[in-house]
Amino acid sequence: MEILVCARRVPDTSENEIQLNSAGDDIEREDLVYSINEADNYAVEEALQIVARVGGNVTVATVGGEDDEEILRREMAMGANHGVLITDDAFGSDGRGIATILKAFVQKGSYDLILTGVQAEDGGAQVGGMLAALLDYPFASLVNSIEVLDGKKLKISREIEGGNKEISEIDLPCVLSIQTGINEPRYVGMKGIRQVASIPIPTFGVSNLGLDPSAVGEAAAKVKKLDYFVPALGKGAEILHGSREENIDKVLELVAAKGGLK
Amino acid sequence: MARIFAYIVHKGGVVDDSAFELATAARKTDPTASPTAILAGWGTGLDAACSALGASYPEIWKIANEALAYPNAELIRKALVKILPSNSIVLIAHEHFGIDLAPGLSIKLNSAFVSDVVDIAGVDSASLKAVRQEFGGQVSAHVQCDISSGAVITTRPGAFKALQSTSVSGTVVDKSADVGALTAGRRYLETVEAEAGDVDITKHNILVSIGRGIQEKDNVAIAQELADALGAAVSCSRPVVDAKWMEKSRQVGSSGKTVKPKVYIACGISGACQHLAGIKGNPFLIAINKNPKAPIFQVADVGIVDDLLEFLPELTNKVRELRSAA
Repeated sequence: MEILVCARRVPDTSENEIQLNSAGDDIEREDLVYSINEADNYAVEEALQIVARVGGNVTVATVGGEDDEEILRREMAMGANHGVLITDDAFGSDGRGIATILKAFVQKGSYDLILTGVQAEDGGAQVGGMLAALLDYPFASLVNSIEVLDGKKLKISREIEGGNKEISEIDLPCVLSIQTGINEPRYVGMKGIRQVASIPIPTFGVSNLGLDPSAVGEAAAKVKKLDYFVPALGKGAEILHGSREENIDKVLELVAAKGGLK
Repeated sequence: MARIFAYIVHKGGVVDDSAFELATAARKTDPTASPTAILAGWGTGLDAACSALGASYPEIWKIANEALAYPNAELIRKALVKILPSNSIVLIAHEHFGIDLAPGLSIKLNSAFVSDVVDIAGVDSASLKAVRQEFGGQVSAHVQCDISSGAVITTRPGAFKALQSTSVSGTVVDKSADVGALTAGRRYLETVEAEAGDVDITKHNILVSIGRGIQEKDNVAIAQELADALGAAVSCSRPVVDAKWMEKSRQVGSSGKTVKPKVYIACGISGACQHLAGIKGNPFLIAINKNPKAPIFQVADVGIVDDLLEFLPELTNKVRELRSAA
């Protein structure tokens, strides 16, 4: 099975406190630690496990810039056969623009299955569903298990309310957005990344994808981010500023008063 | 301004709470609008759901089709594309069905798409300004959306106040004949209920709930010791389950359990909306997190900025001391 995984490099929220910059119009991007979007990493692991069972290849593609090559190498160190960087100064659109670029890339190859992560930290859970609609492929979101039935279809499970699972059959080729927790992504060490450090990563852009720059550029975007801000919410928590011992006493007093100790 | 529609999720003849939140979102998008609800399904449940909306929507479009007895997003997308007028604004709840339906619908309608909106900050004839949260709620963003060729907007459950009734008296319009036969590349087989775990976290008055901040599986014992001392149970947020440190049955949130304790002690939990959606009944919320900017502090009653790996064991010792003295 030929599997394409669409991945993104994002600020890692487990490593960073995301704050506003001094101008108050964007997040502070200095010194941010970036990594592959968490759900996308699960998608790559799932693709690797599928080809381990039924054979095939895994290609990881990202739409971005030079800096994004690092996540491609990381996923190649995990075992992905190919990494592809889709980059062009003409790019600058919204989710639909990204899906349009990915559609052109998909049509350059021959993929049975396309995976994305369910959502990026700063994303809208949108590109997978849009890509499927552009390609007229079936789509399922929030997928938390995949079983290959035969060459033409999959049995999948979606995570729905209350931890219940919705089981469906889906025809190939299709697009699935992968939920975190579907598997246990393998560890990647520095050694693994060094081993793939010199493999050339092919790049694609407007010209070799046959894209109309006006359809994927900033002017085509129907949706634009204006600014970031921190909303003025309610009063928020009463922060305890005592010593640890004082705070512990206060917590115990509150727990006893509000919930009762058995 | 364009006509506004709300796609309504229902089950067993009962409409989802989001139906009434979408009615509010529609009026916030355009105070003069008379929004139309759209429901798809089959059988008596569909009719019951339609009649439940009469006080909130002036018009209710019904799509009865045997193929829609179970809501399949691809089939419903095809049905909607057939009946929606061009340039419509379509509101959908941002839950598992909306996530399945909305992005592809925006492509087929050739309209703009904004997801998981928590507020509408302004509208004119050509554009709409929406508020979204990013990075797990650590920051919010204003998004400008060109609505000149319509828009598909998903709204966060709970973000808009439910509008139960207005003075309207909605009429049901049957659109079934405009839809015709439907086929899809994905076919529903069955729903598998979540497994019951060893501990029922929905039955406890006090929950010691752990998040990513617990750092590793071995540290779960630190929370368990505190819970044992307090007569509480340990619950958790999604990253703890994803990492396989606890069973899925311990997860609180929209994709986990809904809990109603009296006291909720959130330890190393950032406070993402999907997690908070599982905490009901307004418990007394104590948050312990070493990041003073964690969103959990915006909703907690009391907050402690400290390292939980040090704080919790000392708290446990203190509880044990009190108990042995009693």
